[in-house]
Amino acid sequence: MSDAPLSEYLLRLGDDRLVLGHRLSEWCGHGPILEEDIALANISLDLLGQASLLLHLAGQVEGEGRDEDALAYWRDETLFRNLQLVELPRGDFGFTMLRQFLFDAWSYHLLDALGRSSHADLAAIAAKALKEDRYHLRHSSEWVLRLGDGTEESHARAQAALDELWPWTGELAYQDEVDTALRARGVVPDLETLRPPWEAMVRDVLGRATLAVPSAPMRMTGGRSGRHTEYLGHLLAEMQIVARSHPGAKW
Amino acid sequence: MVDQRARALEILESVKDPEVPVLSVVELGIVREVRVEGDTVAVTVTPTYSGCPAMHVIEEDIVAALRSGGFPIVEVKTVYAPAWNTDWISDASREKLRAYGIAPPGPVPAEQLVPLGRTVRTVSCPYCGSADTSLESEFGATACKSLHTCHSCHQPFEHFKTF
Repeated sequence: MSDAPLSEYLLRLGDDRLVLGHRLSEWCGHGPILEEDIALANISLDLLGQASLLLHLAGQVEGEGRDEDALAYWRDETLFRNLQLVELPRGDFGFTMLRQFLFDAWSYHLLDALGRSSHADLAAIAAKALKEDRYHLRHSSEWVLRLGDGTEESHARAQAALDELWPWTGELAYQDEVDTALRARGVVPDLETLRPPWEAMVRDVLGRATLAVPSAPMRMTGGRSGRHTEYLGHLLAEMQIVARSHPGAKW
Repeated sequence: MVDQRARALEILESVKDPEVPVLSVVELGIVREVRVEGDTVAVTVTPTYSGCPAMHVIEEDIVAALRSGGFPIVEVKTVYAPAWNTDWISDASREKLRAYGIAPPGPVPAEQLVPLGRTVRTVSCPYCGSADTSLESEFGATACKSLHTCHSCHQPFEHFKTF
């Protein structure tokens, strides 16, 4: 049975994790130290795994025979529903970690709420992914503390990254008629209720990291309706090229 | 008549996790249910971590082992709830991990609050038993393991994370 709002919502959740997971995978072989290289690859793999479960369910709910691979490799840029925050280039290590922290803190609160969804399959995936998000958040928050309250150089870079990233966090709590329809059935939470606990957590860690929180975020939107920055197209070109060059290939 | 379900379980005990080859998929708690009806054996599994690349291999291994064990039709079904956790690993299996050189997981805490900042949990060295160890990285060669060093016998070792 097709359920358009739900498949749309699952694409949003899945695409966030697919695109951010891909950005993290770009560090593989380039991490500042070996342990961190491995850590980023691990977190990337978790996010890709979560994306795979969410997109698989999106395809099932859509009911048109598309599986997670079809959705990941055969949609073009304007059909992706991820936040613009996650598609921005990885930047330096400080930028990668600050973004990861802002996203992990949001994802932690969102998945916690989705674990109580009236939709059993979504609740199960969320509860499972939340266990992983806990240690992602622990890792990224520790790095934010270390970089912010570190050397003059690390502090300056972390602050610059935060200043650049902060406006993009406005989109985290973006909601539209998709949310309204699903909220009425108890499938998803009101994202506005997640914003205060997210901000409290973020401000606590940033404060301890001696980083100054920029003033109010710009309410940038567009990702959820397929309007993206110039960066997503480049990312997708790399991510999709092998699957599109050799359709149906197995190894 | 041989209990077919018991025979299927015995076969599954021979299917090892490719990344932790000392434990079977049953001992790890990945196999949640086994049913036999006629020629068909239905196995319900649950993944350890969402992105664990071994899961695909494990499913293929389960099918191959049961087929060669005389079950012509094998169905593998995946469930996500309740989420896999390390409390499903038995004491005997924990001892196998330790003997293999991997420090076994501790009990999963009832309420896992998000700790901002490192939580210090003592992990005993699987080689000499010393508690004088330190965490090198929460991320290891696989999603399920972290890296530690023992300061008594100076041996680096892996720990099967509590999850």
